[in-house]
Amino acid sequence: MARLTINGKSSEVNVEPSTPLLWAIREQVGLTGTKYGCGVALCGACTVHVDGKAVRSCVMTVSAAVGKQITTIEGLAANGVLHKVQKAWVDNEVPQCGYCQSGLIMAAAALLKDKPRPTDADIDASITNICRCGTFQQVREAIHAAAKA
Amino acid sequence: MITKALKIDRRSFIVGTAAVGGGLALGLKIPFGADVVRAQDGSPEINAWVVIRPDDTVVIRVARSEMGQGTITGLAQMAAEELECDWSKVTTEYPTPGQSVARKRVWGNFSTGGSRGIRESNEYVRKGGATARVMLVQAAADAWKVPASECSAANSIITHKPSGRTTTYGKVAEAAAKVTPPAEVALKDPKDWKIIGKSIKRLDTIGKVTGAQVYGADLKLPGMLNAAIKDCPVFGGKVKSFEAAKVQGMPGVRHVVQVGDSAVAVVADTWWQAKTALDALPISWDEGPNKQVSSASIAEMLKAGLDADQAFVRTQVGDVKSAIAGAAKKVEAVYAYPFQNHAPMEPMNATAKYTADKCEVWVPTQNGEAAFAATLAASGLPAEKCEVYKINLGGGFGRRGAFHDYVTQAVLIAKQVPGTPVKLLWTREEDMTHGRYHPVMQAKLTGGLDAGGNLVGLHLRLSGQSILAAVFPQNLQDGRDNATFQGLDPSGDFTLGYTVPNLLIDHAMRNTHVPPGFWRGVNINQNAIFLECFLDELAKASGQDALEFRRKLMSKHPKHLAVLNAVADRAGWGKPAPQGVHRGLAQMMAFGSYVAACAEISVSGDKVKVRRIVCATDPGYAVNPAQIERQIAGSFVYGLSALFMEECTVKDGRIEQTNFHSYDSMRIAQMPKVESIIMPSGGFWGGVGEPTICVAAPAVMNAYFAATGKRIRTFPLKNHGIQMA
Repeated sequence: MARLTINGKSSEVNVEPSTPLLWAIREQVGLTGTKYGCGVALCGACTVHVDGKAVRSCVMTVSAAVGKQITTIEGLAANGVLHKVQKAWVDNEVPQCGYCQSGLIMAAAALLKDKPRPTDADIDASITNICRCGTFQQVREAIHAAAKA
Repeated sequence: MITKALKIDRRSFIVGTAAVGGGLALGLKIPFGADVVRAQDGSPEINAWVVIRPDDTVVIRVARSEMGQGTITGLAQMAAEELECDWSKVTTEYPTPGQSVARKRVWGNFSTGGSRGIRESNEYVRKGGATARVMLVQAAADAWKVPASECSAANSIITHKPSGRTTTYGKVAEAAAKVTPPAEVALKDPKDWKIIGKSIKRLDTIGKVTGAQVYGADLKLPGMLNAAIKDCPVFGGKVKSFEAAKVQGMPGVRHVVQVGDSAVAVVADTWWQAKTALDALPISWDEGPNKQVSSASIAEMLKAGLDADQAFVRTQVGDVKSAIAGAAKKVEAVYAYPFQNHAPMEPMNATAKYTADKCEVWVPTQNGEAAFAATLAASGLPAEKCEVYKINLGGGFGRRGAFHDYVTQAVLIAKQVPGTPVKLLWTREEDMTHGRYHPVMQAKLTGGLDAGGNLVGLHLRLSGQSILAAVFPQNLQDGRDNATFQGLDPSGDFTLGYTVPNLLIDHAMRNTHVPPGFWRGVNINQNAIFLECFLDELAKASGQDALEFRRKLMSKHPKHLAVLNAVADRAGWGKPAPQGVHRGLAQMMAFGSYVAACAEISVSGDKVKVRRIVCATDPGYAVNPAQIERQIAGSFVYGLSALFMEECTVKDGRIEQTNFHSYDSMRIAQMPKVESIIMPSGGFWGGVGEPTICVAAPAVMNAYFAATGKRIRTFPLKNHGIQMA
């Protein structure tokens, strides 16, 4: 049993402490916007924010996440208003299948927090998610659009 | 006043012959009853394609699956164009395969592969919209007691011109559903289209940015358990034994079950518990005779096929042997293309619930009917006791079309826990090692040039796997797999764009135990490399410019030539490239569309930077140009990842690559600038999702030769120490 703070709410999760945060979020808290893609931190589909930083939740244990502020894609919009990254994603029609987009959006939001006007090189260095549909051209445009918003 | 005969006529008006395929006719039941067929919420169907709610919401039924390619938006544009409805009120829904069977396949083919969503269903979907419009207008005219010819429809509003009276679709929908549908409807002239051809926003974006969209892997049902599975690592092998007792006491574990003769699953409260227990479960396998097979042994088998006497001939023009023997110059090259996994971001999954009276499956699928067939077969229940619900797909690329091995597995697990829904989710490792792989293929090309540098003879010998032999053997023609020749055909949707006086194209079929599948682009991927890189070799050997050499062979193929010219013009072919930048060209016709690309790359040691891709497509009609641009850009990510990084190798009969560390995929830093030229010439319907993928690799390889003077003929490039910068 552990207590996690996700999207500002405290949740009891009844799992082994070694369970990856991803699976506690998906199967205990019931927030399925955070996706399983590879399980070994290679693809970024499971990206969430932990204390404001982008983290691949498939390799962070629940015990390591206790006491930290966790934000998932469901918690990115505030009071029903889309985050500027989500808005840019809609305006630029970024998603194709959409499965990896939660992770991409969380990675982009963390980048913009760190670097409000990222260069292409900043994007290349920090956005390392896999997208098999190949939305990268729109991802880049949308990050720049969000930076200007 | 509506007779049963009329009702059947109405329901089957689109698929006139009501052909039922794939053995699905079993248990067929046509519903009789109420005059009006109703959607689940009680709203009337105007016909199978269109439901209109009292609040004017227009629900357009889409049988094809949305997997990111935009087909639900594109097909809704088709129906809406003819329906003359208010686009802002349009929404879509999937009919279920069970409903389709019960209604004589009124929605036609569910298969969403081969870039066929729009190109094969545009006509009957537009007719569905047009028919509904005629019925709605008739209902309004009947209510007003005026001739329908005095009424018109636009933006979901019907107007009686002489009196100026108006009503809305929502108000007359109930009556319209009872109107006898017209036997014939005229479709609009393309020049009058207002919705088709516009870059209308996709209908399905918002849920993908908020995390709200539910994919198969996300499904939750009351009382549901979760399953993880391991299939025998060697294809064709079996389970020998497993020690269930070792894991039965682990947290959450409910059942440890054998699945078919080759797999074992753990069923637990949560998937993570199931996966943890499965990892701890001792399983011993009977790997069978295929454990001897390796990539090297497969390559040897294919190599022997390059010079085999027997081969399936697709095209034979003139006398190639004599032409090449008598040529001033002979050029020969051997190419090879590897196995590749689809690796959609969402691993394979399916949820099944079984009782003796009903088997239900929820699955992300490219073909609901094929999933339904798998459900029938695995459950042993008749069609009227089965149903499949399509869930959103986290990518497909062909893996989720013809193959429903994960559905079979989910049903076989569910049968062992009757009454309880079970969600089966594969690990990435299971997904990587149990794919339906891009076929492995080698090719030997021999060309003869005369003294003037003209190509007088060409022999293209393919040696390798047949997808159809493994998947749809009934589609072979006298043993020959015509799909193997995609892009090299004498006519049709995959026509070769060159005229060569002496031409032989044949295939030595060499099948392996590694199951092949339809992988985005299918056989055009390797055929475009073989043909277009070899054309460059011939141009070089004859001392001619690659574009000019091609143009001389393309005079009878003006549409192929038009897209090639378009990319050459835009890229500035023939003009100096920026310092250190080199260009390469490729063209192909595939899935009914003409495509070409010019790649600009720079090479620094073993690092290749793909800087810019100019790509042109002529798909006949461009339904939603913004989505076509996205499909083109995305196809280059898939195609260039394949070229640089992707190969599945075989050792001891099994696939060696288990995750993205050994089967990598392009990242944003490696993404070239992709410029799309969409040049629909009208009069035909070509595909969009796949065609452009195949010109990525040959355009880059031809640029690589221009940069380095080196020809690389085996792939991926990582095997040559080359990295994508």
